[in-house]
Amino acid sequence: MEKILEVNNLHVSFDTFAGEVQAVRGVNFHLNKGETLAIVGESGSGKSVTSKAVMRLIPNPPGRIKEGEIKFGDRDLAQLSEKEMQKIRGSEISMIFQDPMTSLNPTMTIGKQIMEGLVKHQNMSKSEAKERAIELLKLVGIPNAEGRVNEFPHQFSGGMRQRVVIAIALACNPRVLIADEPTTALDVTIQAQILELLNDLQEKMGTSIIFITHDLGVVANIADRVAVMYAGKIVETGTVDEIFYNPQHPYTWGLLGSMPSLDSTDEELIAIPGSPPDLLDPPKGDAFAPRNPYAMKIDTEMEPPLFKISDTHYAATWLLHEKAPKVEPPAAIKKRMQGMAPSEPIIGAKDGGKNV
Amino acid sequence: MGRYIGGRIISMLITFLIIASLTFFLMKLLPGTPFNNQDKLTETQIVQLNDKYGLNDPVPVQYFNYMKNLLSGDLGVSFQQDGREVSTIIGERIGPSAYLGLQSLVVGTIIGLFLGIIAALKHNSFLDYGTMVIAVLGISIPNFVIAGLMQYWFGVKWQLLPVAYWDGFAYTIMPTVAIASIVVATIARFMRTEMLEVLGQDYITTAKAKGLSSTAVVIRHTIRNASIPIITIMGPLVVGLMTGTLVIEQIFVIPGLGEKFVNSILTNDFPIIMGTTLFFSILFIVVILLVDILYGIIDPRIRLAGGKS
Repeated sequence: MEKILEVNNLHVSFDTFAGEVQAVRGVNFHLNKGETLAIVGESGSGKSVTSKAVMRLIPNPPGRIKEGEIKFGDRDLAQLSEKEMQKIRGSEISMIFQDPMTSLNPTMTIGKQIMEGLVKHQNMSKSEAKERAIELLKLVGIPNAEGRVNEFPHQFSGGMRQRVVIAIALACNPRVLIADEPTTALDVTIQAQILELLNDLQEKMGTSIIFITHDLGVVANIADRVAVMYAGKIVETGTVDEIFYNPQHPYTWGLLGSMPSLDSTDEELIAIPGSPPDLLDPPKGDAFAPRNPYAMKIDTEMEPPLFKISDTHYAATWLLHEKAPKVEPPAAIKKRMQGMAPSEPIIGAKDGGKNV
Repeated sequence: MGRYIGGRIISMLITFLIIASLTFFLMKLLPGTPFNNQDKLTETQIVQLNDKYGLNDPVPVQYFNYMKNLLSGDLGVSFQQDGREVSTIIGERIGPSAYLGLQSLVVGTIIGLFLGIIAALKHNSFLDYGTMVIAVLGISIPNFVIAGLMQYWFGVKWQLLPVAYWDGFAYTIMPTVAIASIVVATIARFMRTEMLEVLGQDYITTAKAKGLSSTAVVIRHTIRNASIPIITIMGPLVVGLMTGTLVIEQIFVIPGLGEKFVNSILTNDFPIIMGTTLFFSILFIVVILLVDILYGIIDPRIRLAGGKS
């Protein structure tokens, strides 16, 4: 499997008046060619910061990449100059943002907004770029593309705008697409359409996708592999099947337990108690310990390393240590894990186990 | 769009008539008549003059006559200048005022935008603070103080520029600076705030994510969006300019409309007061309409119904 992007020991901090906020504290992950990696976590877990760091879009000041490397081919994106980065942004790595209502320039026609990247990266003339823009609009499923290319963002609905945003991101056939919660601001039916579109486009164009979300339901639909983030670290990573059917980290259990499902009405939703730690002063030991009902003494003293469960599955919890007591996930979550049968087709779902 | 402008013009006419009526009655509340401060006139002559100009008629009759003349385009004649036409007087006075007003507006807007953009891009730097100090000074120091200081230093002490009067470009420099100071200050402050606001918007991140250079991001995506609210303040700013000109024209002895306006009030020259007031009103009403139209051009979201482009 060819690694297209590899992030090693990434630290991102923000210097605020109160002190240094360590938003990302040593993240490692890689992205294989043609796959979709989902980064999951609650608000403030550092998933957006990680993805913005890959694009080098963290505003500096106050943000800075403190340490670590972002290997893209033979280049380290963390070390590139702004000029070199501009050549990569939009042409080799693209990004889709959360809110389509605000991520398009209100005073520029969508055609021009799509054309900008083409003119910049592919040296197209205006008329070539316009033709390509119409093609892209058709590709992302916008009817009457020839007419709509000259319209302004306010003339589009939310779902249609997100399609335009996707068209902008895919304009130059990027090798990596980072989707930062692209469906969060959309209603559920539109969400499904956008996910389906992303799946389709990935098949057609062979793009690798980093999909950032807090919604595990979305993950099941789109991802090949999952990385679960908590307090600026990846606490568990594995294939979709491994994360959904054999989760090992108590935080992953918590996420699965708090995910509503349509299948049954008698289950209760289990909330994770407490709130994430203050990253201005990250706790010693396992950052999840204060909220973890299975926490042991060592959790408050030492950070757990990543324990290997299989070649693709790792989790950072002391529960996997050989001396730890054997702990089973809560019954409700177990039941839920069984409920998610692998054969169950969800809209646009693909074979999540193909990389195992 | 055409229909919209048509409707606007009708409401402008109504506004104009209301202003004309209000000014007329307010003016009638001024003490005295145009002739009672002229010592050489006898009682009989004053009565005769009042009779001649219809000033002995009851006020409603005077109002009716005035409005009738106004609607047929007749602004009347000056009481002080041998019955010369008001429109002629305005015509010969408008040149310096318009020149000064436009020059101040253009220069002030360009410098203001420039300072505001620089301040926002160099946020929290020396340039930013420097610009804001200039802006606060420009707003808080009255322009007649600036005018006086300039006359003293540039005109008298260093003899670089003519102290007053109206005779070529050199004579316009000091009055322009005095009038433009408030324009520069207001626009710089607004532009800085708007630029900072726009720079924090998601679509700026989208533009950066496309790989555009920071110059392209600023020019294509930031400035246009930031200037939308600036257009809104242009209306009031132009009014400020007009009133500012009144004082500045007096200080620099410029034969403009403002100077005429002030003198006409001092001498109760009713037709001139009416004429100049109405002239300024029309100017203001037209500026507001232009601002609204400009708004639609620069911001497609408020392009008006029926104006599908």
